[in-house]
Amino acid sequence: MSSSTAIAPVSSRADLSAAGSAANGTEEQYVTFTVGSEEYGVNILAVREIRGWTPESRLPNLPDYVRGVINLRGIIIPIFDLRARFGGGLTQVTKRHVVVVMQVGERTRGILVDAISDILAIGHDAIKPPPDVDSGLIDAEYLSGLYTAENRMVTLLNVGKLFAGEHVDQDAMPRAALETT
Amino acid sequence: MDDLSRFKQTYFDESAELLAVAEAGLLRLAPGEVDMDEVNAIFRAVHSIKGGGGAFGFNDLVAFAHEFETVMDGVRNAEIPVTTELVDTLIRANDLLARLLSHASDETEAPAGTTDDTVAALRRFLGKDETPAEEPPAAPPPATVYPDDEDDEAGIFGDALAAIQAARDDQPASGGPIPEGKVRWTIVFRPKAELLLSGNEPTYMLRALRRLGEAEVVCHLDKLPSLRDLDAELLHLSWTVTLLADPQVDRAQIDDVFEFVADDCDIRISAEAPPPAVIPPVEPASVPQPAPVSTAANLPQPAAPAAPPTTPAATTSGSAKPGDGAKRPNGGAGGTGGDHSGPTTHTIRVDLDKIDRLVNMVGEMVITQAMIAEHLRDLPPGQFQELLEGLEGLAQHTRELRESVMSIRAQPVSSVFSRMPRLVRECAAMTGKEVMLVTSGETTEVDKTVVENLVDPLTHMIRNSIDHGLEGPDERERIGKPRAGTVHLSAAHRSGRIVIEVTDDGRGINRAKVLSKAIEKGLVQPGASLSDEEIDNLIFLPGFSTADQVSNLSGRGVGMDVVRRNISSLGGRIGVYSTPGEGSRFVLSLPLTLAVLDGMVISVGEERFVLPLTNIVESLRPKPADLHGLVNKCDVMMARGEYVRLVHLHRLFGIPKAIDDATKGLVVLVETEDGSRLGLVVDEVLGQQQVVIKSLEANFRRLDGVAAATILGDGRVALILDVAGLREMSRHNTSGSDAGSPSASPSLPAPADRSDQRQRQTV
Repeated sequence: MSSSTAIAPVSSRADLSAAGSAANGTEEQYVTFTVGSEEYGVNILAVREIRGWTPESRLPNLPDYVRGVINLRGIIIPIFDLRARFGGGLTQVTKRHVVVVMQVGERTRGILVDAISDILAIGHDAIKPPPDVDSGLIDAEYLSGLYTAENRMVTLLNVGKLFAGEHVDQDAMPRAALETT
Repeated sequence: MDDLSRFKQTYFDESAELLAVAEAGLLRLAPGEVDMDEVNAIFRAVHSIKGGGGAFGFNDLVAFAHEFETVMDGVRNAEIPVTTELVDTLIRANDLLARLLSHASDETEAPAGTTDDTVAALRRFLGKDETPAEEPPAAPPPATVYPDDEDDEAGIFGDALAAIQAARDDQPASGGPIPEGKVRWTIVFRPKAELLLSGNEPTYMLRALRRLGEAEVVCHLDKLPSLRDLDAELLHLSWTVTLLADPQVDRAQIDDVFEFVADDCDIRISAEAPPPAVIPPVEPASVPQPAPVSTAANLPQPAAPAAPPTTPAATTSGSAKPGDGAKRPNGGAGGTGGDHSGPTTHTIRVDLDKIDRLVNMVGEMVITQAMIAEHLRDLPPGQFQELLEGLEGLAQHTRELRESVMSIRAQPVSSVFSRMPRLVRECAAMTGKEVMLVTSGETTEVDKTVVENLVDPLTHMIRNSIDHGLEGPDERERIGKPRAGTVHLSAAHRSGRIVIEVTDDGRGINRAKVLSKAIEKGLVQPGASLSDEEIDNLIFLPGFSTADQVSNLSGRGVGMDVVRRNISSLGGRIGVYSTPGEGSRFVLSLPLTLAVLDGMVISVGEERFVLPLTNIVESLRPKPADLHGLVNKCDVMMARGEYVRLVHLHRLFGIPKAIDDATKGLVVLVETEDGSRLGLVVDEVLGQQQVVIKSLEANFRRLDGVAAATILGDGRVALILDVAGLREMSRHNTSGSDAGSPSASPSLPAPADRSDQRQRQTV
């Protein structure tokens, strides 16, 4: 827990689904991090804290990118493996891996990444739309744009969309509804 | 400003309670037997809402409450007979009052004309009744009070004016002889001009005084300005009341009348007993209320008897005639006061947030305590005896603390049950059926959150019972049942849970119809053979409804599946038991609290789980001879003469590195609420522990077979297992190899195979 660093007041929650919709010309800050050789960024207002990796408790019968849940000072939050989410297989965690704890709407959740790389102030104009990609290849839904920082390409993520579907209550299972106790 | 909004909040809170009181009272109000206490309680509730509303300037609300109150006052004076129609109107009025309150609380305006219909309906009762009233208005009412009051006010003010006339003609009655056994009270009531602005109504006070005995009211008009200068919002009158009352009427009863306005007026009360008073001196009576504000003192003294001699007061001399005076309900004394303050119930109003914070802290403390216990376990034994004993004590105190805190949040289910008579009444009216609601176990206590979340499911279930379950009165008669159907709502504590049952004596579930409907809607494969129980449970499927017509009540296909979801989100379960022709029984089983439970920590592979202690029967390590295969698909175990199906938790949850062989691991025999048993194969049982229930859904979502999560002593998260959920999963998953995604196919598993298991399982 000592390894966690609060970097933004939680009170100023950003509207995540509109990560790039700020007024023209104004800059917004993004926290960027690496997963493998790729660099991603999320709006800093969505980030509650960044903490070192602590072992998770697994959740049964879920896709592998749902690593499990951890105890964040008394509340239980799910941890998603960003590498696995993007199809890169499960991350082999070490002590250097970090979890970016984010506020997504009403919910708090963490994403497991390799390392934090930077905090960038990005003007709205500098964000380029993601290229037209084959939707079968990449689900562009959760990409909010691309940004070039000194020859590096940073993929800006729409966190709300990234986990869309994970927070819907999939309780509508007729098979479970058949039996009562 | 802050203060004001805080007061407002208190007002809204209190009003909500008062509305509930009024509604409960209205529902008990029936033609014929009118309980005056109830009527008074309703009147007071409405009056208090009006009074507070006036203080905050909610004019619409005050005006409407006033109409409501006027009718209630009529009921109280037995001027308006209690009819079903009246009660219905009053209930509607109560609802409307609630709506106006919520508008006031949202600071929105109620749409114009919202109250018109109801006001008209209310006035009809007054109108019908006003005509034969004792005396017609003697004079036009002084334009002081609410303009919409005229019909009611006229009589009273007429009285007053007539009395003034009388007073002028022959001198006030004060000098007259006091009849035997009576006490003469002289009450000088000089309200401040602003009295009406706070929604108070002097008429009621005068009328309340009349109820105490024979009253002569003298109204003083000396402050009344000329019409040109008249401010209709202000009160310019004052009164002197000479009251001839029985000795039982004491000072407190008179004070009660003015309870709400004591600060807004100058009241002097004095008593005079007949000379041969048998009553011993008790206290000097005419301690005049000190005139609180100078404006009142500036008023000219009324000509009427100001300060009669301070004869010993005839106060509460119960010795005199206990019988007849005591009959008058205490509340009847005060239109405004009465027993509003009632017997002191030693309660305080606490913000729920504060309690929740306390609950959370206790939760964290339980975790910390578990953590210390875990560390101490590693100490060399025997060396730290005192420390261990201290810890033992701490554990006990923590448990007690936890229970006390939980009991703060506990509420009797009566707060939900009390809403149901109303619902039954409405449903009965809508369906044309005769329904009797019987409730029992209302005092059963359960956590506030559970109570609150019970309203919707119960509403659905009772509607369902009345709409689908009960037959019409004629049909019932034909088949030899009493015309009125009975819906029984009961609550009870059972093995650490609360069990709520809704039973009706209707026709039961029509299985053929349910099945054909389910096949028609594609919920069941045609030709599938289902047991009776399985058919009954089809009604919980989403989108299922057998009602031929969509009625106002039910039949939209949202209903029982929603009920089921609501209940399961509370960690509860629902079941239905039905006998054709005799009725159906819905059984809800819910945890008592959503905060802490006693659990057994078990391990499977590298994972740890918590099993609720209430589910555990025993744990054992089976011998190879106890294990049998069943149709090559699942394992059963012989345990105490019963075959129990084994469920390998690691297979169900896909946990690697776990013990697969039950004879090498452990079998925890668990039991669900309905009594069916299951053997869970786990690696190890680590020990018993109180765990704090943490929501998984708050930041994630519900998972099959998992009730919630908790934090163990080492800070790691462990999942709390849902035994009934596990049983369901395993039924759909007999192969056990692939747990399947949550959105697995909705088709029924081969039913033959399954019922076979069940039979073996329950034999």
